[in-house]
Amino acid sequence: MATPLLEVTALSKGFPGVKALDAVDLTVQAGEIHALMGENGAGKSTLIKVLTGVFPRDAGETRLEGKIIAPKSPREAEALGISTVYQEVNLVPHLSVAENICLGRQPTWFGAIRWGAIARRARAALARLDLSLELKRQLSSYSIAIQQMVAIARALDISAKLLILDEPTSSLDKSEVEELFKKLRKLREGGLGIIFITHFLEQVYDISDLITVLRNGRRVGCFATRELPRIKLVSHMIGKDVREVEALERKRASAATIRSDQPMLEAKGLGRKGFIHPLDLEIRPGEVLGLAGLLGSGRTETARLLFGVDRPDQGTILMNGRTVKFNSPRAAIRYRIALTPEDRKVAGIIPNLTVRENVVLALQASRGTWRRLTVSDQEKLADRFIKSLDIKTPNREQMLRNLSGGNQQKVLLARWLATEPKLFILDEPTRGIDVGAKAEIEKLIQSLRQEGLAVLFISSELEEIVRQSQRVVILRDRRKVGELTEAEISEEAIMQSIATAEMERPAA
Amino acid sequence: MRLNPKYIPLLATAAVLILVFGTGSLLYPNFGTPRVIVNLLGDQAFVGVAAVGESFVILSGGIDLSVGSMVAFVGILIARLLQAGCDPFLAMGIALGLGTVAGAFMGCLIHYFEMPPFLVTLAGLFCLRGLGFVIHPESIGIEHPFYAEVLPQLSILVAPKAVLPFTAMCFLASVIVGTFVAGFTRFGRYVYAIGSSESSARLMGVPIGRTKITTYALAGFFSACGGVVSTFYMQSGNPASFVGLELDAIAGVVIGGTLLTGGVGFVPGTLMGMLILGLIQTIITFNGTLNSWWTKIVIGGLLLIFIVLQRLISRRAV
Amino acid sequence: MINWLSDLIFWIFFGAILFTLRGQRIFWTVGALALLLLFNQFFTPGFFHIQLLDGHFYGSRIDVLNQGAKVMLLSLGMVLVIATGGVDLSVGAVMAISAAVSSRLLVTEHQPAGIAIAAALAICVLAGAWNGLLVAGFGIQPIIATLVLMVAGRGVAQLITEGQIINFLDPTMVYLGNGHLFALPFTLTLVLVMLVLTLFLIRRTALGLFIESVGDNYEASRYSGVNALQVKFLVYTFSGLCAGLAGLVACSNIKSADANNIGLYLELDAILAVVVGGTSLQGGRFYLVGAVVGALFIQTLTTTLYARNVSSDVSPVPKALVIIAVCLFQSDVFRARTSRLFRPLTRILKPLSSRLPGKLFTTPRHDAPEP
Repeated sequence: MATPLLEVTALSKGFPGVKALDAVDLTVQAGEIHALMGENGAGKSTLIKVLTGVFPRDAGETRLEGKIIAPKSPREAEALGISTVYQEVNLVPHLSVAENICLGRQPTWFGAIRWGAIARRARAALARLDLSLELKRQLSSYSIAIQQMVAIARALDISAKLLILDEPTSSLDKSEVEELFKKLRKLREGGLGIIFITHFLEQVYDISDLITVLRNGRRVGCFATRELPRIKLVSHMIGKDVREVEALERKRASAATIRSDQPMLEAKGLGRKGFIHPLDLEIRPGEVLGLAGLLGSGRTETARLLFGVDRPDQGTILMNGRTVKFNSPRAAIRYRIALTPEDRKVAGIIPNLTVRENVVLALQASRGTWRRLTVSDQEKLADRFIKSLDIKTPNREQMLRNLSGGNQQKVLLARWLATEPKLFILDEPTRGIDVGAKAEIEKLIQSLRQEGLAVLFISSELEEIVRQSQRVVILRDRRKVGELTEAEISEEAIMQSIATAEMERPAA
Repeated sequence: MRLNPKYIPLLATAAVLILVFGTGSLLYPNFGTPRVIVNLLGDQAFVGVAAVGESFVILSGGIDLSVGSMVAFVGILIARLLQAGCDPFLAMGIALGLGTVAGAFMGCLIHYFEMPPFLVTLAGLFCLRGLGFVIHPESIGIEHPFYAEVLPQLSILVAPKAVLPFTAMCFLASVIVGTFVAGFTRFGRYVYAIGSSESSARLMGVPIGRTKITTYALAGFFSACGGVVSTFYMQSGNPASFVGLELDAIAGVVIGGTLLTGGVGFVPGTLMGMLILGLIQTIITFNGTLNSWWTKIVIGGLLLIFIVLQRLISRRAV
Repeated sequence: MINWLSDLIFWIFFGAILFTLRGQRIFWTVGALALLLLFNQFFTPGFFHIQLLDGHFYGSRIDVLNQGAKVMLLSLGMVLVIATGGVDLSVGAVMAISAAVSSRLLVTEHQPAGIAIAAALAICVLAGAWNGLLVAGFGIQPIIATLVLMVAGRGVAQLITEGQIINFLDPTMVYLGNGHLFALPFTLTLVLVMLVLTLFLIRRTALGLFIESVGDNYEASRYSGVNALQVKFLVYTFSGLCAGLAGLVACSNIKSADANNIGLYLELDAILAVVVGGTSLQGGRFYLVGAVVGALFIQTLTTTLYARNVSSDVSPVPKALVIIAVCLFQSDVFRARTSRLFRPLTRILKPLSSRLPGKLFTTPRHDAPEP
C-alpha cells in the first residue's frame, strides 16, 4: 500500500458555540482526484482552512507523504506543497499573467528582477497545463476560466504536491469546464493529488475518483465515485436515507384554499449566462412555491433575477399578465415584490442602524425621500412587528448588530412585511436561526399565504420545503429539473428528482 | 496586435504631451526649442522629484498629502543648517534621513493602526508645515559657496543655447531610479500588487506591512529630495512656500496615467505628466494675454478627461 | 464685567449640556471642547474676558464663534458627504468661486447685494451638482471627482475676478461677516439658521435615514429600494451650497474677494471637524451637531494658540496631533491593543457617563467564520 499523499486523521476544530470539524478523516493518494462535498455548514471550507494553516487545529493530525505537518499560514502550507485555488481567483488583476505566476518568487540578479527568467518560468508553468498565453497581457483581460488556470499554474509552480480547488467551476460555462477537466486529468496522470470541492453533481461524477461527504462537521463517508449511485450521494449529503424518509411521518401544510388560477408572476425562459439556464416559473397568490435544490443549484440566482438585482439575458417576466422589466430592486418593489436575501450580512442588515430604522427602511424607500413617516408611525410600526414576530430586543432603538442572527432575520422580515407585498421571496429565511424562531417564521409564511400573498420559499432543508409548499420547483446544476404539485411533494420525490435528472453528458 | 490595456493611459498621456508641445510650437516660434525643454525640466524639478515619490504611494493605493510641506520643511532646514555653518552634504544627508523617517512613521501609523492614509498624511502636512516655521519663521537665503559656485558649474550644455541645469539632472535621475525600482525590484512589483488587490496580494504571500511602510518612507525620501532640489533652484529656504505642491504632484501623477485607485501606472508617465503641467504653464506665459488662472482650469480639465478615461477603461476591462 | 460670575454661569451651562449628553457619542467631542476651554480658563489670562462695547459682545470665545463660522458651515455639508462614504475636497475652491461671483456682480456689474448673493449661491449649488454628477452618475471615486473642481475651481474664481482682489463696501455684504445681531456676531445666527435647516432636512425628510443607510451598507440599501444615486447626488449638491455660504462669509470678513486665498485648506479643516465630531470616514452613522462642535473645537484650538502668542504659522502642528489622536481613537486596532490600559480609566469615567458610547474600550469580537 503506497503511502498516501495526504492523510488527515481525527481532525477537529471548534469555534465559540459551534464545532466546525469533529474528528474528520481524509485520505488522498497521489494521482487521484478526490471530491469533497457537503451542504451548508458541513465543514468543507473549515477543513481546507485548517489544512492550509489559516486556522490552527484543536486536535488530530495531518501527514503529507507520511510526514507530520502543521502549517501555520497559507504560505507555509504552500512551501510544504499544499496549494489552494479559491473560487474568487485570488490573483492580482492589473499585473501580467507571467507576474502573477511568479509574484513573490521572482528570480533576481542582485535585487533586480530578471524578466526573461520570469517569462521562461511562467511559460513552463503554463505548459504543464498545455496552456499558452500572452504572458505580458494583463490578467484581468482574460476570462475567469483562464484566470483560474493561471492560478493553478501558479500553484504548480510553487511545486505543489496537493492541489485544492475550491468551487473552481462556479463561474465557468460548459466548454470551459471541459477544458479545465482535461487539464486536471493530465495533472492527475502526472502524479498530482487534487482535492476538488464542488456542489455540481454531474461534475463530481465526471471528474472525481473518490468522494468524501461531510455533514455538520463530521465525515459521513468516503466512496468510490464509480460505485456510488447518485441517489445515495444525495441522501448522504442531506442526511436522510431514502427508505427512512418514506417511513417518517410528514406534517404537511393544509392545501391552499385561497388560490386563484391566474399566476401573479410568470417567468418564461428566464435565464442569464453564468447564472441559470432558461427556466419557466409560475407563482400564484395564496400559494407557497418551494424552490428546492442543493447548494449552488441556482436558487438564489433565480431569486435575484426575479427581484431585479441582476438582469436576465433571455426570457421574460410577467406580472399579472403584463410583461415587466426589472432594472433594479426599486422597480420590483414598485410591483409589490419583496425579497429577504440569502446573505443577510451583505445584502440585508444595516448593522449600525437601529431596529426601528431597519424595519421602516423599505417602506420609507417606497414612499420616497420627501414623504417621511412620522416618528410615532415608525415607532408604532416597529413595535407592531417586535410584538407579532416576537423579536427579542431590549428596545426598538437597539442597534441591529447587537441582535442575534435569528432576531436580525426577523427584523428583515418585518422590513418587508411593512411594505405589504403581494409577492414575497424568502431566500433561506431560517438559515442560522434557532429552532424556536424557525417555527415562528414557518407559521408566518403560512399566515401570509392564507392572506393571499404569493410566496417563493427557498430553502436547503427539504423538510421545510415539503412542509410549507403547495408546489415545488427543483433545481440542479443551475437548471430546472422538476416540478411537483401537492400530493406529489415529498422529500423522497425531491431527492429522486435531483439525483436522476437527465443531464447532457459532456464529451469525455 | 492586441493593445495591452495597461498601456492605454500612458499612451494617452504621451499623446497629450505631443499635442500640447505641438500646439505650443505652432503658436509660438521660440517654443519648440531645446532651451524651453531644459528650462522646463529645471523649473519642474523639485515638484517632479516629489511626484516620483508620490507615484509610488498612489500606485500602492494610498495617497500622500504631506509632500508640499515636506519640501518646504526640508528647504528651511537646509538653509538654517547652512546658516549655522553646517557642511552642505551633511545638511542634505540629515534632511533626507529625516524625510525618510517621517515617511516611515506615517507608513507605520497607516499599516499598524489601519488609519486612513488621507488623514495620516494630512496630519503630516500640518505637522511639517508648522515645524518648518519652528525652525525659522522667515525665509533664509543660502550663501554657501557650494551653492554659489559649484552648482552653476554642474549644468551641461546639451544643445546650442540649451543648458541642462543640475536640478533637471536630479529630476531625470529620480525618474530613472524610480522607474528601475518600480519595474525591476520585487519591492516595486509588490507595490503594484498591493495597489491592484491588497487581499489577493496578502494571500499570495506579499509582505504587506514591510512594503507599505517602505512605500511611504520612499515617498518621504523623494519629497525630501524635492526639498533639496528646491534649495538648488531657489537658493533659499522658505517655510511658507510650496503650499499646495502636493496637488501639483498628484495632478502630475494622474495625468501621467496612474490610476488613483492604484495598481496601474508608470513612473515615466509621471515625468510626462509633470512636463505637460509645465508646458501648459509655459504656453500661458508665452501667450501673455491669457492669465495664469487658465493654467488651473486647463489642468483641472485635463484631470477630468483622464479620470473619465480611466473610468471607462476600468468599466470595460474588469 | 463681573467675570467670575459670568464664567460660573458659563460653566454651569456647559456642565449641564455635558450631563445631558452623557452616554452619547457627542459627549466626547463636547468633552474635548470643555477640556480645552477649561485649560484656557486657568492658564490663559483674558481668554474668558468678555466686553460689551457699542452694544456688542467681544472676547476670545466670541472670536471663536465668529472665525469658526466658515468651517462650521462647511462641516454641515461635509458631514453628509462623508456619511455616504465619500468626501468633498472642492469646498475651499467653491468658496473662492462664491466670493468671486458675488463680488464681481456687486462691484463690477453694479448689481444689488441680493442678486449678487443669490447668484453666488446658485452657482455653488451647480458646482455641487457637478460633483454629484461625477460621483453618482459616472461612478467616479469621490476623492478623484472632487479633486477636479478643487484644482480647477480656483482658476475659475480667478477668471471671474480677472486676477484682481475685488474690494467692496456694500453694507449688506459687509454685514454678513461683520455685523451683529442681538449683540452677537451675525455669523453665529447664520450658522444656527443653517444648522436648523440642515437638521430639518435630515430629520423631517427621510434623507437622514437614507444617507446613513447608504453609508453603512450600500448593498443592503439597494436591496431595500433606496435610491442611492439620488441620495449621493443630493449630498454633494448640498455641500456646494454650504461652501457657497461659507465663501460669502469669508469674503465679507475681509471685505474683498481674494480668489487665491479664500478657503485655502479649509476643506481639510472641515473634514477634520467632521471626524472629530464622531463621524467615521467610512460613512454610516453621522453626527451633525458633532461636526459643528468639532469645527468649534478646531477653532478654539486655533484661537487658544493665538491667545498664547503661538505663531499662527506653527499652529498646524497641534492640529496634526489632534488628527492623529482622533484617528487612533477611531482605530479598531488601537482600541483593541490598548483596551487593557484603559479599563481602569473607564471605571472612573463610568459614573460620569451612564453608558459609554459603542464599543469604545472593548476588544472587537472575532466572529466565528462560516464553516
